[in-house]
Amino acid sequence: MPAPRGPGVAFIFKKALISALVALVLFSLMIGIRTEAGPNGQLIYWTRFGDLAAMVATVFGGSIVMELLRQWWGPVGTVKVIPPSVQAGLAVARRAIAPVLLIFTFLVPVIFYNQRYILDLGILVLTYVMLGWGLNVVVGLAGLLDLGYVAFYAVGAYSYALLATNFGLSFWVCLPLAGILAACWGVMLGFPVLRLRGDYLAIVTLAFGEIIRLVIINWQSLTGGPNGVSGIPRPTLFGIPLAPGPDGLSARLGIEFSPTHRIVFLFYLILALALLTNWVTIRLRRLPIGRAWEALREDEVACRALGINTTTTKLTAFATGAMFGGFAGAFFATRQGFISPESFTFQESALVLAIVVLGGMGSQLGVALAALTMIGGFELFRGLEQYRMLVFGLAMVLLMIWRPRGLIGHRAPTVFLRHSQAISSELAREGRG
Amino acid sequence: MDYFAQQLINGIVLGSIYGLIAIGYTMVYGIVGMINFAHGDIFMIGGFIALISFLILVSIGLTMVPVILLIVLLVSMAITALYGWTVERIAYRPLRHSFRLAPMLSAIGMSFVLSNFSQVAQGARVKPVPPIITGGYTLFEGDGFAVRLSNVQIVVVVTTIVLLALFTWLVSRTRLGRDMRACEQDQTMAALLGVDVDRTISMTFVIGAALAAVAGMMYLLYYGLVDFFMGFVAGIKAFTAAVLGGIGSLPGAMLGGLAIGLIETLWSAYFSVEYKDVAAFSILIIVLIFMPTGLLGRPEVEKV
Repeated sequence: MPAPRGPGVAFIFKKALISALVALVLFSLMIGIRTEAGPNGQLIYWTRFGDLAAMVATVFGGSIVMELLRQWWGPVGTVKVIPPSVQAGLAVARRAIAPVLLIFTFLVPVIFYNQRYILDLGILVLTYVMLGWGLNVVVGLAGLLDLGYVAFYAVGAYSYALLATNFGLSFWVCLPLAGILAACWGVMLGFPVLRLRGDYLAIVTLAFGEIIRLVIINWQSLTGGPNGVSGIPRPTLFGIPLAPGPDGLSARLGIEFSPTHRIVFLFYLILALALLTNWVTIRLRRLPIGRAWEALREDEVACRALGINTTTTKLTAFATGAMFGGFAGAFFATRQGFISPESFTFQESALVLAIVVLGGMGSQLGVALAALTMIGGFELFRGLEQYRMLVFGLAMVLLMIWRPRGLIGHRAPTVFLRHSQAISSELAREGRG
Repeated sequence: MDYFAQQLINGIVLGSIYGLIAIGYTMVYGIVGMINFAHGDIFMIGGFIALISFLILVSIGLTMVPVILLIVLLVSMAITALYGWTVERIAYRPLRHSFRLAPMLSAIGMSFVLSNFSQVAQGARVKPVPPIITGGYTLFEGDGFAVRLSNVQIVVVVTTIVLLALFTWLVSRTRLGRDMRACEQDQTMAALLGVDVDRTISMTFVIGAALAAVAGMMYLLYYGLVDFFMGFVAGIKAFTAAVLGGIGSLPGAMLGGLAIGLIETLWSAYFSVEYKDVAAFSILIIVLIFMPTGLLGRPEVEKV
């Protein structure tokens, strides 16, 4: 196929020049001048014209590269033909990836037993997988954009922390309580926002999340305010503590105590919780309520016309999602041993949301892979702490532009007709297809 | 009573700033139908640019305050407007026909980009500036409490009123304003009748960003500080103002801004400073539930 003739060199050059000019104006003051509060409180500044020139040159070069890439890729919507053999291979790989990933996850504590860092990272990733799966119920299945998911995470974490430190309740009692409390909050949020949709809903959930955080910060007598809650008890294996004492698990089993036991235990705990979330979601998707969620996501008006009670449908979605958030929160509290409002900012909500979006809004495997990519990526950029959120934001914008349906997943409804009906092209043209 | 009068003045000044930001939200929502989540951060960028240009002007030896203020105002409006234009061009225009939530998510990403960009470029610490406009008047004095109106407050309110008048003229009397209103009603039809929709939408973002830059500069003058995180909360409050006034309505945005400013100030004065943000956010939720069309908005007709 002959490559379509794109615009000439002059055009590319002109475009890059304009981009560079815009960049020069944008960055002239923000990057060219650096301000800082001086020792006596007055502002001082110094110039960074080298950085400015570098940035503008990068934009110039980047613009040229982008344009060349665009020409090489061809017009938007070009279908690349993949040979059948490759397609078959991909299909096999797609089917195999979930079991392989699951088995590998089970084996992680065995393989990396002595590498504390990897175990901790694994726990972190699994926590986000669980949060992603929980939010997936609300965003991916029911199509309700929730920007305040972290509120339920916070409710779960504070429920466990306060119940355990004030009343001495054990983790296994508090875990369901945390879930129920978070679900109640989910319903509380759900009720007022039932009539809202889309953007408005997103903003209200965001405001709700911020309110919860602000109340936690300011209600010092209960929550300890910005200082948080510390000394949260560690989880026990159904009453047997994982501690070095004579009652501890290691003493009872007659093996030598090692702090790694607790890490491994936490790893399997969060894995079990995450798998529970996954299992419940998959089962719910096949129940009428799950189908109602998916119908709601596709078209709310049609849903109502077909007699689906949108009130209960939305409320159950909020409550279910919130409950899993609460579980994850309780786990977070017991893992950290210390929680403070710092952990429950809007950034956290956005991160979980980005995981769900990246995963393809509705695909369970997609969310898991997205969490792995996202948290793994964050760890890779650990040295560049301050650029992390910048890159994250950019990635979110680019993702929306290039693959708005998610990188990995898809969001096909769970139930659909097995065979597509063959209709003639005339009918399709008339809009009857 | 005197205390109340003082709070009233403070509230109106704060409300003017919120109103200026809210206009950007309401215009964009009216035309494109999306919440420009990054608008609060545009306001923050405007504050930063005002700060930096002010610093440069002072250091090259300019001493006439009105001249400095005018130059700073123009520079920050121009550069911030370019930010608004770029954001629309990069993050929103490619998504105009994408699925419902895509622009919102892209806007959240853009908000992170802008706030972290200024954190990286200018550091995370709060930037204080010495008071630029000093002095004021004592309006009346009674039982040991003087009600004061400072010159900064006068400047903020007067600038807001002037810009609002200018802007109302722009929307109601010029070609651009007519194009904007046409796009608001029906983009396809407007395009068929020769309105350049892309350009009109770009201009909407440019104007919104310019007004946000004014708000940023006023904030800098009034509070004497900027930091990279201030756009988030101010943005949500201004959005609340836009919703309260009725989204899509320009006088509504100003009215909503004043209402939010007054509520926040009075809440801080009579109840608790800690919960002032909670009060503002609660108002957002309450308004959206009980009167989603706001004070001056039109009811949205749903088309299937």
